[in-house]
Amino acid sequence: MRIKFLPILAHVLAIIAVLPLLWIVISALKPAEDVFDFGWPSSWTLGNLQYVLLKIPMPRFMLNSAIVSITVTVVALFFHSMAAYALARLRFPGRGLIFSGIMSTLLVSLPVILVPLFLVAKQLGLLDSYAGLIVPSIFHAFGIFLLRQYYLNIPRELEEAADLDGCGYWRRYWSVILPLSRPALASLSVLFFLANWNAFLWPLTITRNPDLRVIQLGVSGMQGQYASAWNLILAAAVIAAIPTVVVFVAGQRRLVDAMKTTGLK
Amino acid sequence: MTRKRREALAAYAFLAPDALGLLTFVVIPMVLAFGVAFFKVDGFGNYQYTGLSNYKLMFGDDQLLASLKVTAVYVVTFVPIAFVVSFALAMLVRNHFKGIGWVRAAFFLPNVVSLVVVGLIWQFLLVDKRGALSKLLAPLGLGDVSFLGTPSLALGTYVVISVWFLMGYQMLVFLAGLKDVPRELEDAAAIDGASSWQRFRFVIWPLLRPTSFFVVVNSTIGAVTGLQAFDLVFVLTKGGPARATSTVVLYIYEQAFTFNNLGYAAALTTVVVAILVLCTGLMFGVTRGGRFDED
Repeated sequence: MRIKFLPILAHVLAIIAVLPLLWIVISALKPAEDVFDFGWPSSWTLGNLQYVLLKIPMPRFMLNSAIVSITVTVVALFFHSMAAYALARLRFPGRGLIFSGIMSTLLVSLPVILVPLFLVAKQLGLLDSYAGLIVPSIFHAFGIFLLRQYYLNIPRELEEAADLDGCGYWRRYWSVILPLSRPALASLSVLFFLANWNAFLWPLTITRNPDLRVIQLGVSGMQGQYASAWNLILAAAVIAAIPTVVVFVAGQRRLVDAMKTTGLK
Repeated sequence: MTRKRREALAAYAFLAPDALGLLTFVVIPMVLAFGVAFFKVDGFGNYQYTGLSNYKLMFGDDQLLASLKVTAVYVVTFVPIAFVVSFALAMLVRNHFKGIGWVRAAFFLPNVVSLVVVGLIWQFLLVDKRGALSKLLAPLGLGDVSFLGTPSLALGTYVVISVWFLMGYQMLVFLAGLKDVPRELEDAAAIDGASSWQRFRFVIWPLLRPTSFFVVVNSTIGAVTGLQAFDLVFVLTKGGPARATSTVVLYIYEQAFTFNNLGYAAALTTVVVAILVLCTGLMFGVTRGGRFDED
């Protein structure tokens, strides 16, 4: 009896959990005057989506976010895999110390170092620039940690074969380790893309120029400008959320693998 | 050049980009906070040494006190609720059943959407009187309740939304931990006549302690300093009404970028870091690093 009851409960709870999201999608497709009505719209409209895409520089916001998210993801994967390769595979003085140093930065989150980070970025001339949005977002210990764990489990023999062929360290990293770590890189790329597409606080702090506005800033800015035009705000929110949901659905398994590793596995 | 030296040089070269980056954008800011805290910094970036005056300022700062209270209440409500909810969800979706993939994805989905969008979603659902929740509660006579506009309710609302946002992530962490609980142990207990509660209490729960510990530490740090403590309140309530949802990190942001008190904000940053180090240390001390299974 229990066996039948629990799955049903799980399904019901799952529907409740996604209901707010579903509600917003449906409401974004309603005409302005019906936006607060319950349930199915009496008439569907794409007007809200059209309006935010054409009358508000939503495509520009999305382009900015895409540039930032993709650049950060690619560069971060490159740097982190290099660092992880050294930490997992090479012997050198200070390895333990450097590793614990990198790991200890895991405790630090953006809201904590926001103010001094802003001062550093200012000194480096990064205010109000793509570089300012991109460069500080690249460095995070979690990716290094995850890739290192992965590299520790790649059999040494594979690398030794390359060594015998006379490959230097760079070739061993580039042609042996990197291709073997595709699953881990794929997991991290999903994670990094989502984190950067969804980033709000850092872009808010470092950019003033409207041309540099990223999607989350653009959407939150609708609050003030279109205070009670909920049909438009929701349309913008849905547009901002679509890429994340698509990436999630496409990379679900990969994302779950990476997330589980945060549980110190 | 010996092989050993070549290897070491290669290693440093591989490490250089990330090491320099972390140094510049994490370590130096951390250290810098402790330096800037002794200065008064105006909007034009002029620094003036003022000794401990930023710290003295804190004692008379009622808004800081209010923010510390908000963060404290948020931590002691959010952490246990999120723990119980996500643990329960993990137990619920632990064993295979038809459609389990969709159910797990559904619980996780809110975590994929940005906190800005989450804030807007709930603002819309909680609009006074006309919002979905007010209409839903109207038959119970609760249609006039303003969940985000009443100081005594806003913080609780923020907690509930945070739990909805983060439960799927914590559920995944618990699921990963549950994978390490050997089935044979549970089966053996069942054969010995242990009830499902006893199996949970005496088999699963002790074996899950390291995971539970990780979740509690992680979720406490997140509640104090995570993006959930900034993005969500910034969009949802801007810290209001009557500063009822003004978290410490939001207050620091306001001091720095609304009032241009960068020195004071840096001093506040150092206090948050100190509290955090203290709390984590305390938790590790009390629980011996989560290794309770040795007692």
